[in-house]
Amino acid sequence: MSIKKISKDQPDKFEFSADNLLEAKKILERYPKDKKKSAVMALLYLAQNQNNNWIPLAAIKYIGKFLEMPYIKVYEVATFYSMYNLTPVGKYFIQVCTTTPCMLRGAYELVNLCKEKISKNENELSKNQNCSWMEVECLGACINAPMMQINNDYYEDLDKEKTLKILNEIINNVTPKPGSYRGRSNSEPENNRKTLMEIKNA
Amino acid sequence: MLKLKVNNIDVEVEEGLTVLQACEKAGVEIPRFCYHEKLSIAGNCRMCLVEIEKSPKPVASCAMPASEGMNIKTNSSFVEKSRKGVMEFLLANHPLDCPVCDQGGECDLQDQSMFYGIDKSRYKENKRYVPEKKMGPLIKTQMTRCIHCTRCIRFATEIAGVPELGAIGRGEDMQITTYLEKSINSELSANVVDLCPVGALTSKPYVFEARPWELKKTESIDVMDAVGSNIRVDTYGWEVKRILPRINEDINEEWISDKTRHACDGLLNQRLDTPYIKYSGKFDRASWKEVFNIIKGKIKTTSPDKICGFSGDLVNMEALYLFKEFFYKILNSKNIESRSKNTYLNPEKRENYLFNSSINGIEDSDFIFIIGSNPRYEATMLNARIRKAFLKNKTKIISFDELGDLTYSYQSLDGKIETLKKIFDDEHYVSELIKNAKKPIIILGQSALKFEIGKFVFESFKIYLDKNKKISKEWHPLNIISENASTVGSFDLGVYKNTVGENEVLKNLQENKYEVIFLLGNDSLDFKKKDEFIIYIGSHGDKGAEIADVILPGAAFTEQDGHYTNLEGKIQKAYKASYPPNEAKEDWLIINQLAENISNKTFFKNLDEVEKNMFNSLNILKKNDSQIKHTFLKDIKFENHNIILDNIDYYYSNVIARASKTMYECRNEKIKLQLTETQN
Repeated sequence: MSIKKISKDQPDKFEFSADNLLEAKKILERYPKDKKKSAVMALLYLAQNQNNNWIPLAAIKYIGKFLEMPYIKVYEVATFYSMYNLTPVGKYFIQVCTTTPCMLRGAYELVNLCKEKISKNENELSKNQNCSWMEVECLGACINAPMMQINNDYYEDLDKEKTLKILNEIINNVTPKPGSYRGRSNSEPENNRKTLMEIKNA
Repeated sequence: MLKLKVNNIDVEVEEGLTVLQACEKAGVEIPRFCYHEKLSIAGNCRMCLVEIEKSPKPVASCAMPASEGMNIKTNSSFVEKSRKGVMEFLLANHPLDCPVCDQGGECDLQDQSMFYGIDKSRYKENKRYVPEKKMGPLIKTQMTRCIHCTRCIRFATEIAGVPELGAIGRGEDMQITTYLEKSINSELSANVVDLCPVGALTSKPYVFEARPWELKKTESIDVMDAVGSNIRVDTYGWEVKRILPRINEDINEEWISDKTRHACDGLLNQRLDTPYIKYSGKFDRASWKEVFNIIKGKIKTTSPDKICGFSGDLVNMEALYLFKEFFYKILNSKNIESRSKNTYLNPEKRENYLFNSSINGIEDSDFIFIIGSNPRYEATMLNARIRKAFLKNKTKIISFDELGDLTYSYQSLDGKIETLKKIFDDEHYVSELIKNAKKPIIILGQSALKFEIGKFVFESFKIYLDKNKKISKEWHPLNIISENASTVGSFDLGVYKNTVGENEVLKNLQENKYEVIFLLGNDSLDFKKKDEFIIYIGSHGDKGAEIADVILPGAAFTEQDGHYTNLEGKIQKAYKASYPPNEAKEDWLIINQLAENISNKTFFKNLDEVEKNMFNSLNILKKNDSQIKHTFLKDIKFENHNIILDNIDYYYSNVIARASKTMYECRNEKIKLQLTETQN
């Protein structure tokens, strides 16, 4: 991972929407009045959700003022954590897991497809501006490897063809169906489970 | 007290110390990069590793509290090996550019790698690249050299009170920067250069100027404001290359302001290096003999009460003393004044013009009330102390006027003079605060002492504080922020002519009542010249020299020995670091020779004699001072003038600063910052 780039196209203004403002105030209530700063991560995430999955500099300033903390301190937090995006990522933000289990199960095939279909480099918008991709560390779904995350959903048990199908749908602005692509429910064995048969809700 | 062992030697230390501090008490030096006495503890450089018995791993001593019965080892092979390991990692990404690095010769990393470094690198990988950051006109960055000790960040947030520096990214990609690379908006910013243990932050004006071992180091006193920060002047031949702070816990601790540090390039520009005489509006070079004869002729034909003299803001006490003696004994005139503005002065007792609570006292205070002053620009180091007190004791601070950002939070009143009257009449909540405070501090700035209101403000405060029994032997709450480095010294030596506090000489000057005017380094007089004959003695060609008829080139504060009294009344000596350029002479010598030329007698033999006589007269004054009791003026009239804060051009406040290119850049940068702030 290298240092995050800051987008050159920045909106002039950022403000929480009415709903998010309510939400932000609710978050603030969780912390003592003189420790407002504690809410910085939650508010950054809120801002990211509101603004197409990325945080503009205007939002950093806005949150700094909102929590009465120096801009640089908000900026520090936003650059430290990998889940805050400081450049536009498009409507569909694809994170491909390339940690060992996924890698062994062929994650790089997924990466190559992304390079071919979306953009040559990571963190770059596709031609039609609606999606981007990046490699990430373990997303905790090793048993369904290889997998990728698109926005908030997991797409598991992938291979070349299945990924190609998903990517094609995304490029055509259709949200693909999340979950296992080999028909598994969560991480259960294929077809049916084979142990703990006598317990109903296992 | 805790009993513990350091390298098998028993030591006893107070509770609450860290292992590193305990080792220092025991006389054992521990290498460190991130730890600094005046800053909070970060514990991230890991250089201070020590071995503690029963601890399987080495311990970072700066962040570990010392406890009873600890057995600390700092010289075992285990410790050496761990420190070598840390050093190897620190050097993994540190470039080998010592030969072109300005920190070379005074670099912590260089010094410590002599002990703990390994002669060969085991890394084949490329070193990390970090782009340079913009941090304003004083700080040059070379961020590839940064070892992420975060001292600069902690300094900016804690001491300077401008949380503008931060570390972005993480791990190998961590970078120290300001928010979007803006320059740091602080008057203390250049201190991060001293704090940086490597060459990542170096001084921009001093870049590639000299190596530390080539410089002659002279201890001196700063004259940019009245605080009297202790400094070290580094010279290379005639040139003053740089100015660094000296530790004085009572005054400036370890820091100095940017103006103190970087106005020194003004010592090279705009200098007067030979006597000048003005013929029909144009200056011509002349010899000392010529100018002395002209002055002698002028004085012979002028009656003494038509001669006046003004001393300036950077003049040392020896010159001031001689100036006064010259006027009283040779010219037989008493029209001598050190105040360039009509400010109120009650010189009856010394405490009437001092910062009585002392700078250290600020930390003991529980209530601070600022009137007619912006301490951030009038006395930067003092303001840093107020911030320290605010952080340490949560001291309540109220300012009479709205002052903008002072680096600490304060309450401001409306700034109307009626409010002050209400306070004196116990009709305002501030009255209660003053009464309830054990050690209140009232700070009066120059703007509150302007003649129209000065008398009312100052004397009423004195009466009010005495009425409420706040003035005692241990604590004097009334404090004045003096304007210049020479102010207190000239009041001590009696360089003023006072009529009920008013500046009589200035009044007469503005009414063009004088024929011959002596300006001893004074460049801030506000008057219209008619046909007066003006003699300017000073170091720089500025406003004073411009209106002069005869110019006698003098020396700057770094070019002569001299004493200065700071705003608390502490007398300190500034030593000669360089010498006056060309034909210029030291100030005392000019006045002495002029006096001898006029009177045809020896005046003073040498500087030692001047100094001796000066101290004698000071001692008499101090003796008298201790015998006088407080007197309180009666019938103080309420003056219906509001306190108008003077606009302070911080980076342009004296001749040296005005001649400095660096100060010019700082001023521009500040104006630019203010513009962008108002736009947002």
